[in-house]
Amino acid sequence: MLKAFSAYITYNLFGLAEGSRIAGALDFFIYDTIKIFLLLSSIIFVISVIRSYFPPEKTKRILSHKKIFIGNILAALLGVVTPFCSCSAVPLFIGFVEAGVPLGVTFSFLISSPMVNEVAVVLLWGLFGWKIAAVYIGTGLLVAIFAGLVIGKLKLEKWIEDYVFKIHSGGGQETAAPAFRERLEAARWNTVDILKKVWLFIIIAIAIGGFIHGYVPEDFLVHYAGKENPFAVPLAVAIGVPLYSNAAGVIPIVYALVEKGMSMGTVLAFMMAVTALSLPEMIILRKVLKVELLAVFVGIMTVTIIAVGYLFNAIL
Amino acid sequence: MLEIKVLGPGCMNCHKMEELAKAAVKELGIDARIEKISEIQEIMKYTMSTPGLVVNNKLKHSGKPLPSPEKVKALIKEEA
Repeated sequence: MLKAFSAYITYNLFGLAEGSRIAGALDFFIYDTIKIFLLLSSIIFVISVIRSYFPPEKTKRILSHKKIFIGNILAALLGVVTPFCSCSAVPLFIGFVEAGVPLGVTFSFLISSPMVNEVAVVLLWGLFGWKIAAVYIGTGLLVAIFAGLVIGKLKLEKWIEDYVFKIHSGGGQETAAPAFRERLEAARWNTVDILKKVWLFIIIAIAIGGFIHGYVPEDFLVHYAGKENPFAVPLAVAIGVPLYSNAAGVIPIVYALVEKGMSMGTVLAFMMAVTALSLPEMIILRKVLKVELLAVFVGIMTVTIIAVGYLFNAIL
Repeated sequence: MLEIKVLGPGCMNCHKMEELAKAAVKELGIDARIEKISEIQEIMKYTMSTPGLVVNNKLKHSGKPLPSPEKVKALIKEEA
């Protein structure tokens, strides 16, 4: 139905000739814009309601003194449903340490939370289909579990800033659990808020994507970003790390690049680098982690993400 | 006079929370002092999920997502 609608606007309303480049670009733009915004608003709403049942305090209690492995799996899963602003990474980290959550388990949480992010997942779903979105979520969880396990095994507690262990909050206070109606109202508000933040990025990105779709030759990128180029994955990861707040805008462009020959493994690795590793987050985490631990974290994540990229380039 | 504290190390969401609190106080026309708390030890006394809103030493909101302007007004009113 959406396809028919965008085709109608393109060919009837604007009267563009079928098969022309500008028509292809416009058709692509209208169709994708509507589809992505429908997906975004419905999924962010549902996720917001689910998340209202998993405040970080509850997650902390669940993970407290959990065994390695089971703890890592739980932490990665809870990372998906626990809402948390990257600015609260420091108090959250301290709260976890204080509650006796093992370091590796805490990392599984801190990795999965930003990586399996609703905007990223919706965009993957909308542009590449639900299978790719599911693969991304599954791999994201595995990366979080694996990296957390490795960090736990390495026993790096000595590289946590000393003051972290000296803070005794006594657990703080908790707000009363909201009624179901209030959760719906808060979710609606949050959905509008997120859409307000990302809509312009997404529209610009889809427009650029539409342009690439219509004007750049089909196999333009095969040579540079296809499976045959072994440097494509590390390069995509290197570009993805500093890109952070614009994950929403980057993906529609990447979509167009895939059409022109960029391979799926490279795309997934890029997405993970964009969402999981970011400069602002490193600066925040530096407040609780010594440089050595931060370096180990970035190192493990980079290697794991690149490995995931190669793996998917080999099998997808 | 109400003592309102906005908890947050200084990210975008925390600034927004502060603006929401200011707007709510203005609209309610009540006498309140809004203080921004960015010191970790002090934040942790109330919560580990920022941004937070504390009214008269009671935690009224913590974490993401931010409350709507209406909700902030209601939260502050409860303590007024």
